[in-house]
Amino acid sequence: MAGRKRTLEAFSFEFVMTVIALIALIIIIAPSLVVLIVSFTSGFSLRFPPPGYSLRWYAELWDAWQLHFAAKNSLIVALWATGLSVVLGVAAALAISRSPTLSARLLDSLFMSPLVLPALAFGLAALMLFSLVGLPVSPLTLVIGHTVVCVPYVVRNTVAALAQLEPTLLESSAVLGASRLYTFRRIVLPLIRPGIIAGAFIAFMSSFDNVPVSLFLRDAATDMLPIRMWQDLEGKLDVTIAALSGVLIIATVALVAVMERVTGLSRRLTN
Amino acid sequence: MGTAPASRDVTSYGMGLAAPLALFFLFFFVAPLLQLLWLSLHNDTAGLHWGLGQYLHFLTDPFSLSVLGSTLLLGAEVTAVCLVLGFPIAWLYQRVGPKLQTVIILIVLLPLLTSVVVRTFAWIVILGRQGIINATLQSLGVIDTPLKLLYTQFGVVIALAQVQMPLMTLPLITALGRIDPNLDDASCSLGAGSWRTFFKVVLPLSLPGVIAGCTLTYAAAITAFITQSLIGGGQMLFMPMYLYQQASTLQNWPFASAISIIFLLAVLAVVSVFTTLGRLSRGYGGA
Repeated sequence: MAGRKRTLEAFSFEFVMTVIALIALIIIIAPSLVVLIVSFTSGFSLRFPPPGYSLRWYAELWDAWQLHFAAKNSLIVALWATGLSVVLGVAAALAISRSPTLSARLLDSLFMSPLVLPALAFGLAALMLFSLVGLPVSPLTLVIGHTVVCVPYVVRNTVAALAQLEPTLLESSAVLGASRLYTFRRIVLPLIRPGIIAGAFIAFMSSFDNVPVSLFLRDAATDMLPIRMWQDLEGKLDVTIAALSGVLIIATVALVAVMERVTGLSRRLTN
Repeated sequence: MGTAPASRDVTSYGMGLAAPLALFFLFFFVAPLLQLLWLSLHNDTAGLHWGLGQYLHFLTDPFSLSVLGSTLLLGAEVTAVCLVLGFPIAWLYQRVGPKLQTVIILIVLLPLLTSVVVRTFAWIVILGRQGIINATLQSLGVIDTPLKLLYTQFGVVIALAQVQMPLMTLPLITALGRIDPNLDDASCSLGAGSWRTFFKVVLPLSLPGVIAGCTLTYAAAITAFITQSLIGGGQMLFMPMYLYQQASTLQNWPFASAISIIFLLAVLAVVSVFTTLGRLSRGYGGA
């Protein structure tokens, strides 16, 4: 009897946990699927399920020049911010990763702090500083602001990759007479490259999607895609936005698939 | 410690390499925040008269305090929902084979990398008057008139929970992966049931992951401007929108600065409470 009670008890636990997990996974994945399906509607509303299917809203997207303009701006700013984040972030990660000193710990906390501090407060602060020194809002101010909030991803992933590097490799290379720069180029860089790429990828995605910093640092001439979409949605529920969302979802899935191949992204984020 | 400086040099790099980023942060991160603090301590827009007027205004204004309160409450609700839904995902992850593990990770990861506006937009489609929930309930004859789901606290919490779920689940998966599976078996073979083992062994040992997840989820949920404003609509005001209105629409920069500083301090307070709990839990878990 006791054994049976035990198995029933174990079963009830596993059943409850599995059911909640499956519900949670459905809640995570459902919204993207719903948007994807609605974006192919032939109707004028966001009704689900759609009355019929067509590509009309994707065709509409082709002529939406305001969205094209905003997308181009977002892409340019994201590329510059990612590049700057990689250059500054990788150098900083090399300096702080193996150093046990207090200053290295403090710098690490400083470089990570944009991840937890409210980005909107930083956006306002940056706007006030730029206007104080007489720098008007421009793509440059956007790139600077985005770099501050994106660089933590590069630093974190590079530090993680460096932590797994065998120090003996560097010592043997030095013993064999290689210069530090040569060792860096031929040994360190190839080994930490997947970590850098993973960090750069997340930095790029978060810049492309950034709203709180862009909100303060952009103007009509530097319209950004997420803000354009947000303002369109505030006004009316446009099915064109569903088609654009469809494009973004498919692009994200494709990029994640490539990154999983190149860098093993999924293992990287759970270790 | 006894190693010669020369041998230490080849495995570590000089702190000078951190200088460019440190300078960049000094100019474009620390300086703006100091400027924010400086302006918040002035009573007039021009920044000529020092004073605590902005803070007094906020702390004696019932409306401002209610915005702060509802923002902090929202964060707590979203974090709780994420924990209850996210923990079983992490648990399931440890139970399945490597193929399914990758599938679970990618399902959890995808929303994190998909645009926040897109994810929020999806919830408008689901929760709206003609949305899936209302359409389903109406076709089943459960309700006659559409339920109001959009522009409600419930709507904001569920949408934010979905948007922030990866931030909770990823640290939990890491934490559960570090627990020795033998402990689970040992507890069960000593007579503790599955539920008891979970609450007495697995949950306490995973506390560092729980706390890391809660910190990230909470900080992200209370600052999630887009989701709050699109799902909450005009009637529900949270700190980020309040800040934005004061700064942008009303051009009241000193008051907006004070709101920012109060908001920053609130986030820092919550994060440091979580960090302290995290330190205590690491001692408790012994891992």
